[in-house]
This record gives sequence, C-alpha cells and structure tokens, in this order.
Amino acid sequence: MTLWWIGNVALLAVVLPVVVYLLHGVLGAAKAIVPSVEEIAKTAAAGSKDLDAAALLLTTQEQATQTIAVAANYGGSLDVILDDTQ
Amino acid sequence: MEAAGVITILAVVLIVLALVYYLVSVIVALRKITAGLDKAIASVGEIVEKSAPVNNVVTTINEQLDAGVDLLEGLLVKKAGLTDAVGLVDGLYPGSAAAGFRNFPESTKIEAPRIGEVYTKGTLTLARLGREAPIAAGNPAGPALRDVERGSLAARQLYPEIRQTRPESLPRSPVIGTDAPEQYEQREDIGKPRKRLPASR
Repeated sequence: MTLWWIGNVALLAVVLPVVVYLLHGVLGAAKAIVPSVEEIAKTAAAGSKDLDAAALLLTTQEQATQTIAVAANYGGSLDVILDDTQ
Repeated sequence: MEAAGVITILAVVLIVLALVYYLVSVIVALRKITAGLDKAIASVGEIVEKSAPVNNVVTTINEQLDAGVDLLEGLLVKKAGLTDAVGLVDGLYPGSAAAGFRNFPESTKIEAPRIGEVYTKGTLTLARLGREAPIAAGNPAGPALRDVERGSLAARQLYPEIRQTRPESLPRSPVIGTDAPEQYEQREDIGKPRKRLPASR
C-alpha cells in the first residue's frame, strides 16, 4: 500500500508535469513553424508573380536579334561607304 | 475502492487528457503547415516552370549582343583606327578607355586622345544635337542640345520656319527645262547658229 501511494505521488508530481512539459514544447515548435511556412508561401507566390514578365524575354530576344541584324546591315554599308584608316 | 486506486485512476486520466489536448493541437498545427507547404510548392512549381526558358533566352541574347559588340568594335577600329576608336569610346563613356576593346587587348595600353579638342566648333555643335555623341560628351559648353524625348522637333527647328508649321503642301518646285511652262530666260537666239564674235586685231 505504501508503494502504491509512492507511485501515485510520483505519477502526479513527476510523470504528469514531465509529459505536459514535453508536449507543450512540441506544440510550441509546431505552432512556430506555421507563420514561417505561410511567409514562405507568400514569398514564393510573389516570386512567381515577378516571373510573369519572363515571357517577355522572348520578345527581347527577338528584338535583340533584329537590332543586331540591322546594325550588321548598317555596318556592312558603312564598311563600303567609308574608307579604311589604312 | 481504496483511495489509492482512485488517485491512480485520476492521475492516469489527467495524463491522458493532457496527451489528447496537446496531440490534437499538434495535429491542427501540422495540418496548417501542410496547407502552407502545398501553397509554397505550387508557387515554387510556377517559378520553376516560368524560369525554365530564361537560361536559353538570355544565352541567346548575350550571343547576339556579343556578335554586335564584335561587329561594332571591329568596324570602328577598321575605320577610325585603334587610337581614335579608343578616343571616341572614351569621349562617349569617360574612363572606359582603361577597359579597352574586348577583341583588341592592346587597346588597354593606348592613351585615349581627346577627340573633342580636335573637331571644330561647328562639328561639336552638330554632334551635340545627337544623343550621346562621342565628341559632345566632353564638351565644356554643356550637355547635348538634342531633346531626347522630342528629338525630331529639335532637329526640325534647324530648318526655315515654314517647315516647322507642318503645312499640308509646300510650294511646288519650278519646272525647269526647254519645255517648261515658264521660261525664265527668254532668249531669241536659242536654237540658232552661235553668233561669231568679231575677230580681234
């Protein structure tokens, strides 16, 4: 009977506080992750939105190609028109 | 039932209640984390999808620009000579002569001539009408005169006033020639034998 009482005391004074402490720590850690994950989701969405203009790079590529082609044509004409330095 | 048994049952119930409360709370938090990660993964997938062609496109653009730089550098050096070419570029972008031309490593050792000191005032004025004209960059009289946004207006103001009003039609140029309706020089001897000048004695 004495041992039973000692066990009860240990259960209430040691086991229960330890269990509550550990579970409280796990819950705190889990709750701390939530805002971080939501922030990551917002940042990723904003990054994805920023990349909407990436499709315009195709236009830039086309324009750069055309511009260089025009410059090459001008260069060829200038090469014919202007005398060389030597 | 003995009191010790009641206390034991009470303690076990308390532990179970604590376990249920905290574990359910953890499950709720983990579900929120899962939902947030689903959103993040969807956005990351979009980022990957949208940025996939960027590398190839940028590489192609850089190749085109490299070709343009090679072309313009080569043409400039061919036509102006390496020394004057370095001077022109340094006049356009002061201090860039130290970097030299990419395809002409020896250009880094050339002391850039001050092109603006060589040209006449008229040449400088014409050059200042152009945007970023090389010989205008170092002009102490001020920046380029040409208005970048209304460059054509600035150039048009060089012409007589009648052209600036943009008339629908300008007076036609006079018709010239033998069959012109208006003969400006009425001469009777046209078509006849040339008069002989008196012989000098």
